[in-house]
Amino acid sequence: MAPARTRQFALLACALLLAAFPLVGGTFYVQLVVKVMILAIFAMSLDLLIGFTGLVSFGHAAYFGLAGYALALLGPKYEAASLWWSLPAAMAVCALFAFLTGLLVLRTRGIFFIMVTLAFAQMLFFVFHDTKLGGGSDGIYIYNKPELKLGDFALANLDKTEHFYWLVLVLMVAVYLLLARVLGSTFGRALVGIKVNEHRMQALGFPVFRYKLASYVLAGALGGLSGYLAAVQFGFVNPEILSWHQSGAVMMMVILGGMGTLYGPVLGAFAFVLLQEAFSNQAWFGAWAKHWQLAMGLFIILVAMYLPQGLAGLLQKFGRKDEAAQAEEEHG
Amino acid sequence: MDFAFFLIQLLNGLQYGLLLFLVASGLTLIFGIMGIINLAHGSFYMLGAYLAWSLAGLTGSLVAAILVAVPLTVVFGMALEWLLIRRLYERDHLFQVLLTYGLILVFEEMRSILWGDDVHGVPVPALLNASIPLTENLSYPVYRLFISAVCLLLALGLYLLIQKTRLGMMIRAGASNRDMVQSLGINIKFIYTLVFAIGVALAAFAGMINAPLSSVFPNMGGQVLIICFVVVVIGGIGSVKGAMVASLMIGLADTFGQVLLPEVAGMIVYLLMAIVLVWRPAGLFGRA
Amino acid sequence: MAEPILRTQELTRRFGGLVAVSKVSLELRVGEVHAVIGPNGAGKSTLTNLLSGDLPPSSGSVQLEGRDIAGLKSDRISRLGVGRSYQKTNIFLPFTVFENCRLAAQSRAPRPWRVFGNALGFADINRQAEAAMEAAGLAHRRDRVAATLSHGEQRQLEIAMCLATQPRLLLLDEPLAGMGPHESHRMVELIRKLSEGHAIMLIEHDMDAVFAVAHRLTVMVNGEVIESGTPEAVRNSPAVQLAYLGGEDNLHG
Repeated sequence: MAPARTRQFALLACALLLAAFPLVGGTFYVQLVVKVMILAIFAMSLDLLIGFTGLVSFGHAAYFGLAGYALALLGPKYEAASLWWSLPAAMAVCALFAFLTGLLVLRTRGIFFIMVTLAFAQMLFFVFHDTKLGGGSDGIYIYNKPELKLGDFALANLDKTEHFYWLVLVLMVAVYLLLARVLGSTFGRALVGIKVNEHRMQALGFPVFRYKLASYVLAGALGGLSGYLAAVQFGFVNPEILSWHQSGAVMMMVILGGMGTLYGPVLGAFAFVLLQEAFSNQAWFGAWAKHWQLAMGLFIILVAMYLPQGLAGLLQKFGRKDEAAQAEEEHG
Repeated sequence: MDFAFFLIQLLNGLQYGLLLFLVASGLTLIFGIMGIINLAHGSFYMLGAYLAWSLAGLTGSLVAAILVAVPLTVVFGMALEWLLIRRLYERDHLFQVLLTYGLILVFEEMRSILWGDDVHGVPVPALLNASIPLTENLSYPVYRLFISAVCLLLALGLYLLIQKTRLGMMIRAGASNRDMVQSLGINIKFIYTLVFAIGVALAAFAGMINAPLSSVFPNMGGQVLIICFVVVVIGGIGSVKGAMVASLMIGLADTFGQVLLPEVAGMIVYLLMAIVLVWRPAGLFGRA
Repeated sequence: MAEPILRTQELTRRFGGLVAVSKVSLELRVGEVHAVIGPNGAGKSTLTNLLSGDLPPSSGSVQLEGRDIAGLKSDRISRLGVGRSYQKTNIFLPFTVFENCRLAAQSRAPRPWRVFGNALGFADINRQAEAAMEAAGLAHRRDRVAATLSHGEQRQLEIAMCLATQPRLLLLDEPLAGMGPHESHRMVELIRKLSEGHAIMLIEHDMDAVFAVAHRLTVMVNGEVIESGTPEAVRNSPAVQLAYLGGEDNLHG
């Protein structure tokens, strides 16, 4: 089987397995997988910047948090908001923030870019932390989950864990397919060209800044999608969701999974959350479970040093070995 | 706002700015000379504060604690450079970010294991525990003036070190042309180790002398780190002069912001950064 | 003689106190190879960077078909029909030869902002890329990853990418650098062929190659033009003999 076919088949099988999971899994695990899939969307959106455009953003949590606050602030307080307008509105707010900050941060590069993206995310953190706008450091509760209705018919009841699960799964698959489509287009090819050799792209006549800005805005909007879903899942927002530790965690997911591939960030989100659960498991680590970040920190250091291509890189290596073995069999 | 009140805020702003300079100058030197983005720099500030607290408790004197702690942090910095940072020179910034982010988590948990998660106060040394009366009910603490003076002395020392000594010449040459320095037979590895250790010691020292004012608490490094990033962005990467100007700007803006516009004070420094970026994307003293 | 497609007047670029390019005035015409020669550090590459928009000039004008393009960004100048190759090979190493050329051709697509639709599905872009590979003699390397090409082939790819943008004016910065005699010969033939439909500014150290293809020569020393004219006139110019060769060598060296 051709490698591309194999991959498509594997991905389809994974999607089907995920779709069937709520039928057998306990509520705790179903909710855990929801969290993972939301983070997978978040990580894919960051990978568009890091892995495909060459923009190392360290402020991606801004969009995750901003969308949550947009839902909390724009929606009616004691009724359910309609998903049909509140989700696009939250994403549009994120896209706007990405556009405005993008005009500034994309004027810088390298270390500067990393620091400036972090600083703008931090500015947003203080907007919600210091002012009364978003309830200060306590945040805001979202009492009612959004409605998903077609006319008077409820397509899904998001209070039900498995309904919300399937919605998130559908959206994760949709984001995957959308990004795969975008990256295969002339626009996506240009982004990867910019990642590889920005100077030459400019010399070839590409208005590089506009391409980067478009990528930055799209990543912001998709990051907003994940933040909106997270706010729905947890039922509240507070400044912590846009802290810089959130930006660090999602960067870790992208690299752990394998940047520059679309399934990598999804793998990375799964691996990251599972590790987090494992390291903080008291049955396994006893008193050390409280200090799970120590193990996570050491693990991150090891990944940075020895696994630059992430899990996807490992898979590809094994894949190549398989192909080589197969070729040998055929020829031998 | 009467004059005495204004004077107090002005002095506070300058003191805060000078303290930021100690942390940010190391950060900008490490960026500029070694090309490393080090997120764990704020952790050194925290480390200094906790060392000061625990050693002052043991010895009963902050001065003695600092005298013991500074050499410790130099050794710590050298060991860290030798063990980990050294492996990052040729790597993409992305991996520098990731590795040093991992270091933050490790340092925070080590802090939690060694020293716990409580907030601690550190007493001002008795000799400096006095105030200068300005009006009937306003006075200014001597210890803050002392901090400003020490920071200024260190800044002067750093300037002389970089501009006037042979080591400083090598550091400047290393920043602009690595290969040339190497070919002159100067051990660039040693210079990098030294620059990193100086940066660690400066940040830790800032944490030590500021401990009586800020007290000592978990995650205290993170906030300082991000403000220092803003300092480096405004001042320009690698420019110690820029770090000084930007530190003072931010110290004053933040201090007066807290007094005049407390609601938006947290955002002021970032707005300042945005304005500088529009005007000079490489920072005030950065090379484009 | 044909109207010049590009004309510079008193073009100057300073770096701090150093004047890298000083009051250079020259003209480039379609059908003509205009070689710019001079010792290292004469300002030839800086001149190329000024014309391509990689650097803004300090003063002076650059007119492309009557339009002042001085100070425009390199992507704008490229879209106006100026293609350049780089002295240090500047290609997309992880991509195939075809993708390198396809990206170059894509920059000329009437609607480069297609977010959907497979990038490989645009017949005219693909055709342009194939034609550029063919012209540069790289068609047989179509699916090779650029990083695995020989040095000479990478230089050819550099030219092919330039051609895929369908320029009228080519700025070639030392296209023969590091090439063996056989590869050099092929490149010279290619340049000669290209000169028919293009205006070419050629920067080159290989004097045999320069005198083989150039219709016009400009000699730069220390940022200034010391002589400009036909190859014959330049060869016999005493100023050139003195300044460029220090009286020890000759133009065939």
